[in-house]
Amino acid sequence: MSTLLALTVAGLVTGCIYALTASGLVLTYTTSGIFNFAHGAIGMVAAFLDWQLIAWGMPTLAAFLLTVLVLAPLMGVAVERIMIRRLGNASLEVTLTVTVGLLLLLIALADTVWDTRTARRVQPFFVGQQVTVGGVVISYHQLVVIAAAIVVPLALWAFLRLARTGVAMRAVVDDRELAALTGASPSTVGMLGWAMGAGLAGLAGVLLVSQVELNAITLTLLVINGYAAAVMGRLSNLPLTIAGGLLLGVLQSLAIGYVTISWLNQVQTSIPMVFLFLALLIAPPTRLRVGQLAPLLAPKVPGARQTYRAAAAFLVAAGVLTLVLPSGRVDSFTHGMAIAIILLSLVPMVGYGSMVSLCQLTFAGIGCVAMAKTGGSPLGLLAAVLAPAAVGLLIALPTMRLRGLYLSLATLAFGYAMDDNFFSNGSVMTQTLGLPVPRPLGIDNPRAYLFFVIAAFTACAIGILALRRSTLGRRLVALGDSPAGCATIGMGIRSTKLGIFALSAGLAGLGGALMGGQEGVVGYTDFPLLLSLTLLLMAVVWGVRTISGVLLAALFFELIPLLNGHLGAVGNSVLPLLVGLGAVSLGKNQNGIVGTVLQRTNGLRKLPALPHPRQHPDHDDATDREEVLTGAQG
Amino acid sequence: MLRVENVAVRFGGVQAVKDMSLECPPGRVTGLIGPNGAGKTTLFNVITGLQKPESGRVLLDDRDLTRLPTQRRARAGLARTFQRLEVFGSLTVRENVLLAAELKRGWSRKGDVPVAVADLLLARVGLSALADSQAGALPTGSARLLELARALATQPSVLLLDEPGSGLSELESRALGDLLLSLAAEGMSVLLVEHDVELVMRVCEHVYVLDFGELLCEGPPTHVQADTRVQAAYLGAELVTA
Repeated sequence: MSTLLALTVAGLVTGCIYALTASGLVLTYTTSGIFNFAHGAIGMVAAFLDWQLIAWGMPTLAAFLLTVLVLAPLMGVAVERIMIRRLGNASLEVTLTVTVGLLLLLIALADTVWDTRTARRVQPFFVGQQVTVGGVVISYHQLVVIAAAIVVPLALWAFLRLARTGVAMRAVVDDRELAALTGASPSTVGMLGWAMGAGLAGLAGVLLVSQVELNAITLTLLVINGYAAAVMGRLSNLPLTIAGGLLLGVLQSLAIGYVTISWLNQVQTSIPMVFLFLALLIAPPTRLRVGQLAPLLAPKVPGARQTYRAAAAFLVAAGVLTLVLPSGRVDSFTHGMAIAIILLSLVPMVGYGSMVSLCQLTFAGIGCVAMAKTGGSPLGLLAAVLAPAAVGLLIALPTMRLRGLYLSLATLAFGYAMDDNFFSNGSVMTQTLGLPVPRPLGIDNPRAYLFFVIAAFTACAIGILALRRSTLGRRLVALGDSPAGCATIGMGIRSTKLGIFALSAGLAGLGGALMGGQEGVVGYTDFPLLLSLTLLLMAVVWGVRTISGVLLAALFFELIPLLNGHLGAVGNSVLPLLVGLGAVSLGKNQNGIVGTVLQRTNGLRKLPALPHPRQHPDHDDATDREEVLTGAQG
Repeated sequence: MLRVENVAVRFGGVQAVKDMSLECPPGRVTGLIGPNGAGKTTLFNVITGLQKPESGRVLLDDRDLTRLPTQRRARAGLARTFQRLEVFGSLTVRENVLLAAELKRGWSRKGDVPVAVADLLLARVGLSALADSQAGALPTGSARLLELARALATQPSVLLLDEPGSGLSELESRALGDLLLSLAAEGMSVLLVEHDVELVMRVCEHVYVLDFGELLCEGPPTHVQADTRVQAAYLGAELVTA
């Protein structure tokens, strides 16, 4: 009994932290309309800053207050000012890339500033002091956490109900345009939302840091628990979000205490995923939204003849390259082309359909494992495609009734759980030896294998372009542009979305299997969630709507480690820094690098020569009444 | 024939539509007018299933559509355009219409060839020259015509148009009027929300006037025009001079 009580109390305390961070997430999302994937990273940086201030000799309380009340909110304001404000009405893949880019950037910065080889500890508040309530020992630090989780929501409630600015915030949440008309400034409110959100992230980070190690990645990913709680509150309801956070904390604590399932390595990390999926299942369906997003300029879709010509030229060039490439480069080039196939899987999903998966490398890993277990025969290759496709279908299914963002959140939680429970699982691969992967179809000659992977890439690319030219491709693009428009011309939405998501997961699986074949042995760290994010960002930055964009992204990805050798210690941070910066800059040019080049060279579709394309007819009463007037006079 | 029976919609404390009924018989253009915020677009959303009504029914040829999702209503013969554009901005103009025609035909090989349908309809609304442009780059007026062509590609029996004339030049507006009249002559029911009074007066046989979510009056255009309550709703006597 006392164990149950102790576990419940411990869980409640952790739950309080989840509730705080989740409230911050919801606050930012509702006020600015942009879901901040870097929320955890902001909390992480705040925790490091807190440590740094204390290390410089500042008293604990002063460091705490300075971090939570000044530094973290300032970070939020800076992010809003520099990156978020100009995103405006951008599509999901753009807003998501920008905040995920910020996440990677902050991790890279933290790892650069605070050397990862040094262990850092932050002492809890009131070290060693504790009270005993009903046989359960509660430390003063835990009391501080509980107090914060009571005071902060109450203060928030009072602020949103009573303060003038708070009321303006609620007005903006209700209806942006209406609030703007009545004098509230959505941009000020957005900035305030980001400041308060970042403050809450910082508070959670600082409270958490004495419980876990001060590690950039661990701290950043802990926020996935916050996402789960926020989904419980449907990303908009603060009381439900707080309840979700508490419930999650308690469930997690109880699961760690009582559940012993041998095939689950880390009950702890699978709980948020299970919780998130349950929350998705009970969430009420999202209404089709009327009012569409600003579309990007779409690159021209090459015709069939043009595709075959380009493919033939590419194969000839690649064939020559395969023969003349120095032996030392063959493997890394093969690896790059396998990555290119994984990135290719993003083209139909992200590039055409505006659905974003954050765990594409996890699907690649599943494909790789599936082939390793079935052998390198054609049957094995088929398994490499079908297994991740089936898993992808299962993940996407509960999110189909909901907004696209929920699909991304589900994939993030899935990738996180798979990192700890699948790839590091003894029955999947041994931690020390890894998992031997056969070369598919027994192609053992490295150069022949390279050409095989190139040919596979080419075939998949031809297939994707053919898909885009087909009615299915048009359905997909239409879906990304205007779900309401799709429904009013009689198009069912779910089957198209599910089909493409499964196809894309399967294609990633094929890429993963081919990559595994090149490596010969894969280990449990080969398919990490963070690398999925990096790959996604690279694809979007280079141009996820074009084959050439993802090909360049893959080659660039392969090139960076070669540079690292020449850069020394800084080298390891170069890729995440570059990718992060690239993604963050996407706010300015949303078409990616290839898109920009195409724009310059007229490869984008021609615009009709008219002065002001794409003006929304923003009706307000005045202009409408005027139209009546002019109609009357005419 | 489209019939709306006693539809009511509430947004929080605001009653957006109160007990609204209307009929939209085939072969004629029916007008739906009223000041901004009168509930016209909300009613369209209820008819097409984008908004759940608090009460009331939507019937198409005596078939109750009230519980069907939007895409099923579309397949039953309901098509619409939007006041706030919902074109597929990343597709070309032709692809927008083509997709609708392809959906109409389904996976079978029967019926009209979608490409031919698309080109015919683009010609009919006067967008042939822009067929290969990206739809997202069209100016508002042309985008409205594109939405009209896309709606027609589903071969609807009922066509709902939400301010198709705004953003059009006088010449284009006249052409639109001709097109609507010829569609009605082909037997389609057209329900038109429009602020361009001249257009409404010219093409509509019957007009419903909405104000604050309620039916203010209905009847032939000239009858409605003379109604003092309508004139008051429009803050003055603009309608009289039309």
